[in-house]
Amino acid sequence: MASPRGNCETLGYFGIITKLIMKIDVGHVAKLANISLSKGEQFKFEKQLSEILSYVEKLKEVNTKNVETTSQVTGLENVTREDETKPSLSQEEVLSNSKSTHNGLFKVKAILDQ
Amino acid sequence: MNLNQLTIKQAQEGLKNEKFSSVELTKACLEQIKKLNPQINAFITVCEDSVLHEAKKADDLASQGETLEAKPLLGIPIALKDLFSTKGIKTTAGSKVLENYIPPYDATVVKKLKDAGAVIIGKTNLDAWAHGSSGENSDFGPTKNPWNTEYVPGGSSSGSAAALTADMCLASTGTDTGGSVRLPASFCNVVGLKPTYGRVSRYGIIAMASSLDSIGHFTKTVEDSAILLNITAGHDDFDATTPGVDVQNYTKNLNNEVKGIKIGVPKEYVTKGLDKNVQTRFEQALKILERLGAIIEEVSLPHTEYGNAAYYIIQPSEASSNLARYDGIRYGNDRSYFGDEAKRRIMLGTYTLSAGYYDAYYKKAMQVRTLIKKDFNEAFKKIDAIVTPVSPTPPWKIGEKINDPLKMYLSDIFTVTANLAGIPGLSVPMGFVNELPVGMQILGPQFSEGLLFQIGYAFEQETNWYKMKSKL
Repeated sequence: MASPRGNCETLGYFGIITKLIMKIDVGHVAKLANISLSKGEQFKFEKQLSEILSYVEKLKEVNTKNVETTSQVTGLENVTREDETKPSLSQEEVLSNSKSTHNGLFKVKAILDQ
Repeated sequence: MNLNQLTIKQAQEGLKNEKFSSVELTKACLEQIKKLNPQINAFITVCEDSVLHEAKKADDLASQGETLEAKPLLGIPIALKDLFSTKGIKTTAGSKVLENYIPPYDATVVKKLKDAGAVIIGKTNLDAWAHGSSGENSDFGPTKNPWNTEYVPGGSSSGSAAALTADMCLASTGTDTGGSVRLPASFCNVVGLKPTYGRVSRYGIIAMASSLDSIGHFTKTVEDSAILLNITAGHDDFDATTPGVDVQNYTKNLNNEVKGIKIGVPKEYVTKGLDKNVQTRFEQALKILERLGAIIEEVSLPHTEYGNAAYYIIQPSEASSNLARYDGIRYGNDRSYFGDEAKRRIMLGTYTLSAGYYDAYYKKAMQVRTLIKKDFNEAFKKIDAIVTPVSPTPPWKIGEKINDPLKMYLSDIFTVTANLAGIPGLSVPMGFVNELPVGMQILGPQFSEGLLFQIGYAFEQETNWYKMKSKL
């Protein structure tokens, strides 16, 4: 199925015409997510993600006026502990899986010049 | 019967009565792995040396008088889904990003199992980052269904279910975020438990979607499942989402009769593209429950059709946040090592959480989640438990859905609502369709695992599906 550039596409789907209302800007999202994509991948994911988004748009049918959000189901609130230090991992253990360390620290690329 | 074919209960008795040793039991499992794993690909890591060492220590402890009360799993070989951090043992999450990652600590559940005497036989294969329903998204090759190796074993805990049904271990662990224990259990003729959210600690288990992840396990029988939950359940200081609810003895009331228990069948589940053969098996299962004395009633869960859409917004959103830590700095390879499905879900989640789209997608999904939870709460006022088929179809062929992500997501249609509501679900074998296993799930209110075991046990003992073995 050809995928023309533009804000809307129509797909024949089981005899019902489905309009893809949202077309995801994969290049922008990939940048936000710090994921690099080839041009081919961008095209492939654009199509797949747009189909998925089209499916989840279904939620628009649900009347959620005055409905609270549920972000977690335990009902727990303000779970705290005493502010006391306790044994944890050693510095050596913490650094043990890193490819780049220096003087007992994680070494990263510079983000500030000079 | 070979030692590796035993249940935990049978092995406990055999070890206690010195019919065999843990070393012999473990060797039987290792031999089965050597024989079948090349074909099934259930394991990413087999801990051959360390497990025999642990088994020997278990035998020594037993001969020194260590009791079943103190260490119920003494000498029992258990496999762990490769999301469970194991100190000193490679833990990959099924992804090339972590192909060389060696955790410096054990997950709480791993510690609990070891403290109970279990010996860790290996780390099982899975869809990378638990992103999948078939096992085909593993960066280390798909796991095959031991009942027919051209078919999927279900996912994402594919290796754990396959290893158990092929008698490579006596139990295995898994995670269930949208069905990832119940689905592979149903496709592999084993018992799979998704506990109440927060019943079992998530500490040290590589996170997928933090408000949905449930830490479960696979066993050959319902009794074994109860034995394991006795060990893994409980509040953990390291996991702030574990309520301080008491852990009852889950094996105590297994034998209680099912007579008079009200079981609801949601009318929305029986129409949604349910395969005719699966429907037949399910109706037969209902007749058996009725014969056992349960009262079957139709109930309605009106928002069922929106569960999958809500799930596939909430889960990728939370996963995109959880996977942000994999930048190759403190551990692992950089983000170019992510597979396709991981990239898809990260991008989907990033989009639905981004400015301008958060309200339309994530907030809306969280509101629908409230409605889905309310549906269950209302239903549980009238009935004690709910049963449904686990999957709308029997296991599908490897490769059949892999090029259509949305088609793959639709396999979760019956399982995701339990995760959204945070309620427990027990998957038990309910027979075969074209010689492939299918399962039934029993759902209950939060912290009702005891009731689920009771119903499951009665059904299991009446049907004996668990006694069937694959031809391998």
